[in-house]
Amino acid sequence: MRLSIYRYDPDKDAKPYMQDMEVALEPTDQMLLDALVRAKAVDDSIAFRRSCREGVCGSDAMNINGKNGLACITKIAELKEPVVLKPLPGLPVIRDLIVDMTQFFKQYHSIKPYLINDTPPPEGERVQSPEEREELNGLYECILCACCSTSCPSFWWNPDKFVGPAGLLQAYRFIADSRDQATNERLDDLNDPYRLFRCHSIMNCVDVCPKGLNPTRAIGKIKEIMLKRAV
Amino acid sequence: MALAVRKFDAVIVGAGGSGMRAALQLAEAELKVAVLSKVFPTRSHTVAAQGGVAASLGNNGEDNWHWHMFDTVKGSDYLGDQDAIEFMCRKANEVVYELEHYGMPFDRTPEGRIYQRPFGGQTRNYGEGPVARSCAAADRTGHAMLHALYQRNVRARAHFFVEWMALDLVRDAEGDVVGVTAMEMETGEVVIFHAKAVLFATGGAGRIYSASTNAFINTGDGLGMTARAGIPLEDMEFWQFHPTGVAGAGVLITEGVRGEGGYLLNKNGERFMERYAPTVKDLASRDVVARAMATEIKEGRGAGKDGEYILLKLDHLGAEVINKRLPGIREIALTFANVDCAKEPIPVVPTVHYQMGGIPTNYHGQVVVPKNGDPETVVRGFYAAGECACVSVHGANRLGTNSLLDLLVFGKSAGEQVIRDLKSEPMHKDLPRDAGEATRARLARLDGQSNGESVPSVAADMRRTLQLHCGVFRFPDLLVEGVAKIKDIAARAARTEIKDKSKVFNTARVEALELDNLIEVARATLVSAEARKESRGAHDRSDYPKRDDEAWMRHTLWYKEGDRLDYRPVKLKPLTVAAFEPKARVY
Repeated sequence: MRLSIYRYDPDKDAKPYMQDMEVALEPTDQMLLDALVRAKAVDDSIAFRRSCREGVCGSDAMNINGKNGLACITKIAELKEPVVLKPLPGLPVIRDLIVDMTQFFKQYHSIKPYLINDTPPPEGERVQSPEEREELNGLYECILCACCSTSCPSFWWNPDKFVGPAGLLQAYRFIADSRDQATNERLDDLNDPYRLFRCHSIMNCVDVCPKGLNPTRAIGKIKEIMLKRAV
Repeated sequence: MALAVRKFDAVIVGAGGSGMRAALQLAEAELKVAVLSKVFPTRSHTVAAQGGVAASLGNNGEDNWHWHMFDTVKGSDYLGDQDAIEFMCRKANEVVYELEHYGMPFDRTPEGRIYQRPFGGQTRNYGEGPVARSCAAADRTGHAMLHALYQRNVRARAHFFVEWMALDLVRDAEGDVVGVTAMEMETGEVVIFHAKAVLFATGGAGRIYSASTNAFINTGDGLGMTARAGIPLEDMEFWQFHPTGVAGAGVLITEGVRGEGGYLLNKNGERFMERYAPTVKDLASRDVVARAMATEIKEGRGAGKDGEYILLKLDHLGAEVINKRLPGIREIALTFANVDCAKEPIPVVPTVHYQMGGIPTNYHGQVVVPKNGDPETVVRGFYAAGECACVSVHGANRLGTNSLLDLLVFGKSAGEQVIRDLKSEPMHKDLPRDAGEATRARLARLDGQSNGESVPSVAADMRRTLQLHCGVFRFPDLLVEGVAKIKDIAARAARTEIKDKSKVFNTARVEALELDNLIEVARATLVSAEARKESRGAHDRSDYPKRDDEAWMRHTLWYKEGDRLDYRPVKLKPLTVAAFEPKARVY
């Protein structure tokens, strides 16, 4: 299999370059990550993140033939060769396919990604109906891989001011939770020309989400609630 | 050149379920804590747990902790310590409710309570039939739990050191643990974390096998560091083979599939578990089901071209139930087995999944070793929780959903113990003069090595050896041979060479350092397994097919130095209730 991999090690490279290589696969190799592991066995200096290899930890997000995705659940058979692998766009590159995700997590942290409920908890669970719980489906499954935010032009231009699709999906995850009491505070925080309203419904986020989630819809719901609150 | 030193009250190594539960305890107590993790916390392997967390809430039918305790003792094949098991089962409801209060999105019953489903080995009234004890968030319970714990830690302002790999323990002349060395992966900088308490929550080492449900990061770092520091590892011969890994890929398919009503078939379409476990059938405990599957395959009743796998059927549950309760499984089956499980069965094989053994601790999370005739002398300053620890609540075989529970209960209790100990010993002990020397020597060896072998080739040989010599069924000649082989591979692992010498995010270096840890676990496993002349739980020997309580109801302790073995008694006395006496194990 032919790979073309973005290489940059600030320790020795003056500037980035693309490394073309031919990787011999075994019959058991199904996913792009398998091919990358083979490549690394030949050239141990290729650097990328990986962990669960089943699409649930969010480590191995990268730009694959021009589209963001997870290497571990991208099937080799479905890829056009040479497969061009680049780091996620829009974030500083630390080395090779590894990006600095500080800005991404900063935005995630900025939405207060935790349940806020200051009433004393009951002895047992806080009761929540199956219908109320249903509201969290399509939201809580986010794996924070950053495929969505780093495919969003609004996030590229304003990563310090625009929360981005991943963060906004989580903001709505807490707004939608019947147990959370901070809806007003959360809406106030997002009612800002940049934090929320930089989203122009380009929908790249929906297109790339490896978990099939829909941040654009969640953002639409936040706007809807905000509008209802205003009238 | 001396290494830089940073001072904290406590250092937690690992940010999975147990590490983050402990971190929360310490952060809320306003202690100065550093949490080191090789990966961003939500990428820890807890994220891959699927089926649920055990607690006898009784939301879907009557239940109580006595039944849970009985099941756990029986599941452990009577190797579990009954004081710790009672502690865990009694605490279960409390820690699960706490998790719910943190925001965990559990599925709900029509009454709005936490949804619970049946799971293997979890029964009502001391083995009468299955009970719904597994508290679930669809089939993504680990993901939901890990994120909820991380979120709560964000709120508590815990201090994470993300992408820092811990390298070696620092012990002083008295043997007390006073810190740990660690490397920042982004820069290659090595630092000594000087602490009054070091808590390991580094998870398991399932990557010693070729076919494993485990993540790449599960390399037993805590176990390697512990062994190198002269502290023994307990019960390392006991490895759980999960019955349902996707054939070929190894990816986990939750036991929750069978909890929701799925079952296993051989090539003749026979529901063979009825023969092996007449009462609970497909919901027998994992060692029993894995052996039954391996037997069916061995005797020529496996499905597939070469009779190499078993079929997991769940299409009869209907697309609606599958999409609601097992959506992740449908995704995994499609991706890794090319099967729509709402229409056809999933090909599965028993796959290494969980390490029952680990760093010996008591139920307060304190690391304990035999010393001067006392089998449980506390190693001051050193704590462990979760899969890397051996409390031992799982004994020779863990029950499904008891793992997430273990993380919560013992993560919390270890955190509480650290807080108690820091109150009575408020000062840092001095670092020894040679602190960090072992780490510097390892790194210098690796950087200077020439004509060495590559890390992936040595690691692959190690994995093949474990797979072949220490599987579901174990044979005396293969075990003896395996011990010799692994010692040889360990010698090769000491001479690995990396070509990449960069300081910046050098993952080749990380993998070489991980191999140092894996190899200790692999040695401990084979040496301990060869020595245990009985069959108990996950350890099944052809030459000693029976459990032998007289000779072997005891925990193995393996020391790296000279591969020495020692043993300590199983604690048969619970905290408050009567002991469960060993009985034949029938499901």
